[in-house]
Amino acid sequence: MTAGPAGADLVVVGAGVVGAACAYFASLAGLRVIVVERGAIASGTSSAGEGNLLVSDKEAGPELDLALYSQRTWREDLAEHAGRWEFEAKGGLVVAATEGSLASLRDLNVQQRAAGVEVHDVGHAELPDYEPHVSRDLRGAAYYPQDAQVQPMLAVAHLLRLARDMGARVSTRTEVSGLLRSGDRVTGVRTTTGDIRAGAVLNAAGTWAGEVADLAGVPVPVRPRRGFVLVTEPMPPRTIRHKVYAAEYVGDVASSDAALQTSPVVEGTDSGTILIGASRERVGFDRTVSVPAISTLAAKAVALFPMLRQVRLMRTYHGFRPYCPDHLPVIGPDPRAPGLWHACGHEGAGIGLAAGTGKLIAQGLAGKRPDLDLAPFAPDRFSDPHQGAEEVSP
Amino acid sequence: MPRTHDVAVVGAGPAGLAAAVEAADAGLDVALVDAAAQPGGQFWRHYDENRARPEDRHGHHGWPAFTALRDRLYALRTAGRIHCLPGRQVWLATRDDGGTFTLRVTPTVPTPGTTGGREPVVARALILCPGGYDRQLPVPGWDLPGVMAAGGVQALLKGQRTLAGRRAVVAGTGPFLLPVATGLARAGAQVAAVVEANATLGWLRDPVGAVSAPGKGVEAAQYAATLARHRIPYRTRTVVRAVLGDGRVEAVRTVKTDREGRPAGPEREIAADLVALGWGFTPSLELPLMLGATTRQDIDGSLVVAVDELQRSSIDGVYVAGEATGVGGAALSVSEGRLSALALAVSLGSLPGGAAEIRRTQARIRRGRRFAHAMHRAYPVPAAWPQWLLDSTVVCRCEEVTYGELRHAVDDLGATDARTLKMLARPGMGWCQGRICGYATAGIAACPSGRRPTADDLRPLSGRTPAVPVPLGELAALAEGGAADRAGGDSRTGEEAVNRDGE
Repeated sequence: MTAGPAGADLVVVGAGVVGAACAYFASLAGLRVIVVERGAIASGTSSAGEGNLLVSDKEAGPELDLALYSQRTWREDLAEHAGRWEFEAKGGLVVAATEGSLASLRDLNVQQRAAGVEVHDVGHAELPDYEPHVSRDLRGAAYYPQDAQVQPMLAVAHLLRLARDMGARVSTRTEVSGLLRSGDRVTGVRTTTGDIRAGAVLNAAGTWAGEVADLAGVPVPVRPRRGFVLVTEPMPPRTIRHKVYAAEYVGDVASSDAALQTSPVVEGTDSGTILIGASRERVGFDRTVSVPAISTLAAKAVALFPMLRQVRLMRTYHGFRPYCPDHLPVIGPDPRAPGLWHACGHEGAGIGLAAGTGKLIAQGLAGKRPDLDLAPFAPDRFSDPHQGAEEVSP
Repeated sequence: MPRTHDVAVVGAGPAGLAAAVEAADAGLDVALVDAAAQPGGQFWRHYDENRARPEDRHGHHGWPAFTALRDRLYALRTAGRIHCLPGRQVWLATRDDGGTFTLRVTPTVPTPGTTGGREPVVARALILCPGGYDRQLPVPGWDLPGVMAAGGVQALLKGQRTLAGRRAVVAGTGPFLLPVATGLARAGAQVAAVVEANATLGWLRDPVGAVSAPGKGVEAAQYAATLARHRIPYRTRTVVRAVLGDGRVEAVRTVKTDREGRPAGPEREIAADLVALGWGFTPSLELPLMLGATTRQDIDGSLVVAVDELQRSSIDGVYVAGEATGVGGAALSVSEGRLSALALAVSLGSLPGGAAEIRRTQARIRRGRRFAHAMHRAYPVPAAWPQWLLDSTVVCRCEEVTYGELRHAVDDLGATDARTLKMLARPGMGWCQGRICGYATAGIAACPSGRRPTADDLRPLSGRTPAVPVPLGELAALAEGGAADRAGGDSRTGEEAVNRDGE
């Protein structure tokens, strides 16, 4: 490297799954990419979820369109690497405990089918064929064959490795402390290890993306929404075959309530452990274990699968979903600060939406028209970008 | 509602025993929770008290100190001043809104068909004395049957009067190898060698350390005499670099090393059917970390709880004593346990005039800590230990992760710290949750960059919620109306929960 600041076509801030996917697709498009990350790779929300690639939990609208697009990206564009991140098309089973919730689920299915989602109705009698251990008290279910899963840490690590193979650089333990400007224009980043000049800067800082946006003076209202996951001792293969969750989950995902919400989400993994989510609460970055959250998750999981009552809990973990007030991610160039792009705020769907987001960002950076209209994800769409700030209680 | 104790002491080893009896003597209402059926902890582990034999005290240090504490404990228990809860493990510790603490417990050995042993323990203060366990380092062949942690060999001898093999090699580092070797020899095993990675008895030459604990010199001389009497070779600057055998241990291959632990001399094979490996101890930090206590890295490289001069952690009302504040042996642990109880009693106004005793105990702790530091400096884990590994060496036995797989995650996938390494390659994700391989994993993550594992490396591998695996039903019961004893198999409450949500 010659004297002077390091240079690149694109600096990606954040080495989570979204940053990794953007770095991969931008490198594939021929851009010179540098990824800077203040911690270790995937050290934020990417390592705190279950690795879901879901279409089942989304109502018709822009997020479902993005989810379907991203599904295709994971399955087609990234097909040759799928084994690296343990891609598994396990399918999702959404179960209803009452006739009322089953009716709501069927209504949702009508919308979803119209948007291109594949859904099969599952009656009470067929439930054991899908899940032998599921409670016999459930009324019915919907089966979503498109729902899939990856091991998210491996996805991040390999996307970054593939990007490096194409010439990208990844600098961990490098924190962005400021943005380089030329007038309004963002021309690079100032980091703890030096300045990096770049044609574009991409904010992929996940739950912490608001801090990066603030450096540019262009508020983006991304807030943390805490979730816990329980992990059991390893069980025999196929004890639980699909991602199984209660119909109420869809309502919880879309809710803006700050209080604790839990809806059981239960699934097996390659290693035999069973993962149990999903709780949602807005408590800032509180890292203490919430007994109400984990005990309610356990109770609801046991109600869904009574055999789990005797299965031992081995560990719990938690993470902070990057959440925007309208539950949509922020994707695209920021007209308020030319040169600054965002790919953040994917809430609990970041793994699933990452591949599509990366491909769309790369198309935009290359000056092409993105495959999907990015208007619903515009960074400046928030009338009051500080809304929601008061929701973060200490 | 369970009754609220003044203090709950967790652990009935040297620190916990001392803390419990001191607190009760000072007039506090004490609960004492311990995983074992009888008090003593790992250090004073002994055979079933109801079938005791005089020789059970052999190999124990400070046995009179233990029996004195035990006699006080039993007297205070009889007097109703210590509520003893043996055979229980704390799996969840929480601070309640009212300023009290609740410990959720589960029986160590559940009795089928019963629901007892799960009543929560509530107290206004905690003295956590969770002790520690053997620190382990992988080496090729260490997963063969016949390889055990040195502390495990010792526990079998003391607790079960069981000899784990007939011809043993005791290897690793530190003075703890000596009682293990002499214990085996006294019990009738042939000890083929003690293999010590560091230079011998350096701590006796450390002026500060030796002066700090004059009794230790006598202790060492006794071990030396026992080694000589049983003709046990004591090889220093030597490590076991492979355990050999087909289906079980048949021999070890040792090699002389330089100061950093790099192989630097001829190898030698020693026949054995038992290999006891000991690399010091790792403190159990599950409960302090669950409560949010601040930690630091001790001189031996272990993560420990940071405490002040009164054994107070960073969490108001939570005292920590014993190995969890820094590995230093039983005598130091007893002093720390006493001090924490004295300090708590004084703070509650129930021990007027306790200040002088506090000062004396603090002075003993300072001397004990100086000695411990001298010992740790003399017996470090050799920096180059990862060089003993082969790509095929299993590092995480629960998840069967090899050193080669870890190197792949470090070299090709960008893991630069222990947490990332764990997430990418799964070491520490299995049944033991990293208790066995956590220290090694941190070392392997740090090694390529030429650094030693830091507190930041160790912390993500040390916190565990729950502190021990527990049936989901016991956790669910906390949300199902709090009846912890309902964890038997009645699922109706849970089903109602689903129906309620569905409406």
